[in-house]
Amino acid sequence: MLLGRTAGGLFWMFRYLERTENTARLLEAGWHMALTRDAEDSNEWQSIVTTAGMAAAYDAKYDEYNPTNVINFLLRDRDNPSCVMATIGLARSNARQVRTALSSEVWEATNECWIAFKQALARPVTERTLHDTLTLIRNRISMVRGALHGTMLRNDIFAFSRLGTFVERADNTARILDVKYYVLLPSAAFVGSRMDNAQWEVILRSVSAERSYRWLHAGDTNPRGITEFLVLDARMPRSIAFCIGQIQHYLGQLRQEYGTEAESHTLIERLADQVLTRDIEAIFQIGLHEFLNDVIRDNQTLARQIEQDFRFYG
Amino acid sequence: MTNDPSCFDEMMLGPDRVRAPYQSYFDWFSQDDVKRLRRKAGEAEAFFRRIGITFNVYGQDEADERLIPFDIVPRIISAREWARLERGIEQRVRAINAFLHDIYHRQEILRAGRIPKEIITGNAAFTPEMIGVSPPGGIYTHIAGVDLVRTGENEFFVLEDNVRTPSGVSYMLENRETMLQMFPELFQRMNVRPVSAYPQLLRRSLSDCAPPRSGMDAPVLAVLTPGIHNSAYFEHAFLADQMGAELVESQDLRIEHGHVAMRTTQGYQRIDVLYRRVDDAYLDPLTFNPESLLGVPGIMDVYRAGNITIANAPGTGIADDKALYSYMPDIIEFYTGERAILKNVPTWRCSEEDALAYVLENLGELVVKEVHGSGGYGMLIGPTASKKERTAFEAKLRAKPANYIAQPTLALSTVPILAKSGLAPRHVDLRPFVLASPNRIDITPGGLTRVALKKGSLVVNSSQGGGTKDTWVLGD
Repeated sequence: MLLGRTAGGLFWMFRYLERTENTARLLEAGWHMALTRDAEDSNEWQSIVTTAGMAAAYDAKYDEYNPTNVINFLLRDRDNPSCVMATIGLARSNARQVRTALSSEVWEATNECWIAFKQALARPVTERTLHDTLTLIRNRISMVRGALHGTMLRNDIFAFSRLGTFVERADNTARILDVKYYVLLPSAAFVGSRMDNAQWEVILRSVSAERSYRWLHAGDTNPRGITEFLVLDARMPRSIAFCIGQIQHYLGQLRQEYGTEAESHTLIERLADQVLTRDIEAIFQIGLHEFLNDVIRDNQTLARQIEQDFRFYG
Repeated sequence: MTNDPSCFDEMMLGPDRVRAPYQSYFDWFSQDDVKRLRRKAGEAEAFFRRIGITFNVYGQDEADERLIPFDIVPRIISAREWARLERGIEQRVRAINAFLHDIYHRQEILRAGRIPKEIITGNAAFTPEMIGVSPPGGIYTHIAGVDLVRTGENEFFVLEDNVRTPSGVSYMLENRETMLQMFPELFQRMNVRPVSAYPQLLRRSLSDCAPPRSGMDAPVLAVLTPGIHNSAYFEHAFLADQMGAELVESQDLRIEHGHVAMRTTQGYQRIDVLYRRVDDAYLDPLTFNPESLLGVPGIMDVYRAGNITIANAPGTGIADDKALYSYMPDIIEFYTGERAILKNVPTWRCSEEDALAYVLENLGELVVKEVHGSGGYGMLIGPTASKKERTAFEAKLRAKPANYIAQPTLALSTVPILAKSGLAPRHVDLRPFVLASPNRIDITPGGLTRVALKKGSLVVNSSQGGGTKDTWVLGD
């Protein structure tokens, strides 16, 4: 027996944790770019903010994209409701709300994560301290994940937690690809240029996939390969295909545990159909941008249906 | 350590004379290194932060979650001392439950003229909606906290009764947990009675009061919290977790087919016992405060129909109202036929002319309390108040004398804390926790010791700079 509100709290707790991690990852990708490029080049920082979906809020506050502003805006700016400090706060607040459903290890790891971020982000982060800060964020969130996997029963509580993670992650990967879709189009004329290599690298790094991609593709970075990897490769834990597979799995577990079929089960099958049965040629045929937009929209619809089916809000 | 000779220290009778219950602890302490102990105290704080035993300070944002300071020197009570307290507490809680039943039914005690009628009927804490209602199991105050103070070797007083929704039990449990982790060797050395059974006893006690239910299913229990912004949210979540009950908010509940039900992922499910941590006024907007968003519209109808147990019952507040307090010895005698085992603090009721005159004349030596106040707010501590404060209070007192009672300033006992300079005596009180069900009364050995951390201060409330200590009742 699980309260609908608790299921909702778990779902959102893990969405916000995933979002926090994704923001940090994106920042890490930007930082890497900055290390390898001319210091004055602010395009990459701008691209990071755009990819994070925070451009409007950023532009409202700053006129230019410099590293210090971007770093602090993404990590700790009170004017940015999506900054790392804000989303970890929301994750923890949801965790407090549902703490009777969490193992004490998961709750404590989440609470300690928040305490550690609060300390680390109490003062402005500089380029000099950024690396350590990002390492801390990644490590702390990994500890929450570790506690989840190591200590939680594999019941509906676990299923709702995982659903939150993968709904958020699918959205994130689709958005990163969509922001960059123009450099991934096969027709792009700049293939092989320095600019494009850098762009691909940002994409791969922002989903922590640069090593695994190189390993699988022997260093052959081309738009088609990258797109296929991040959309369709079900071995890659941040690909859209992987996320959809996991959502299918956990919704399937709920169907079995509750013994009822809900509308969200229909929606996930439709989404799976739309993504997993296509090859990359077919996706480019539809148009990558159009395809990704459909995925983002259907994923949102699915999330709302899950809220309804399992009575998150009454 | 130097004692204040004007009050009783529970550890030291004199410079080298340790009271028997503390001897073993004192020997251990004397051999240990104060620096190590201070480091341990730091660890305890980190532990409390990690598990999130914090309380919110109203009006401040989330960043201001505070810890209630914890002192690592335990407060120790001997088996013999405890046995007497236990008998006194049990007697008192039985009498309170009998009184509540009577006051909402035949009102024998009023008919007998043992307490004045106006003090009940004219009292805001008296709940007419409860007249003639019989709670399932016949229990009104399922969970009670009896606040005790000590002034000498054999002098204990009841300072007040808490029979609405006493809080603090999670601190009692977590304080012990912390001590066990930090000083396991002490527990091998000394025979300390455990407190860890409390959540299970609470579950059993509440289940025993559940309305009759068809079939063999165990009753479904839920803890009703106002939500994560409530100052005691940690305790609500903790208790729900420890006793395996659901932690619900008003938005999870509704009335279905004459029962209270909670919204689960698979639809609504009936609840049998609601341990509510919201005040009466917010419980049912249809019966009480219509503005309330914290309660369940219609729950009082379900209650009157006998289909849900609400713990504690609505209307129990009449029994811990400070205007009633001074009648408690009469109440105990009336319902148990015995004299009260635990003493009351002598009390002047300012509603009475002679008493008021006395209080006004002796304001500098008395503690004056609001009849409906709690948390240490709205009171005057005569000996420490400034002349200006006393004058201001005098005006309030004259304007509404019935709103106040006065008591002598008690020389509260002290127990040492670990201060910068080593052990230093500080004033304490004690809140033992009591569970009442139709068949039994369970009192957890010990309770929550609150300690005024400021030297000489008598105010132990956590909202005003007090801390807590682990409380050890020794086995035989």
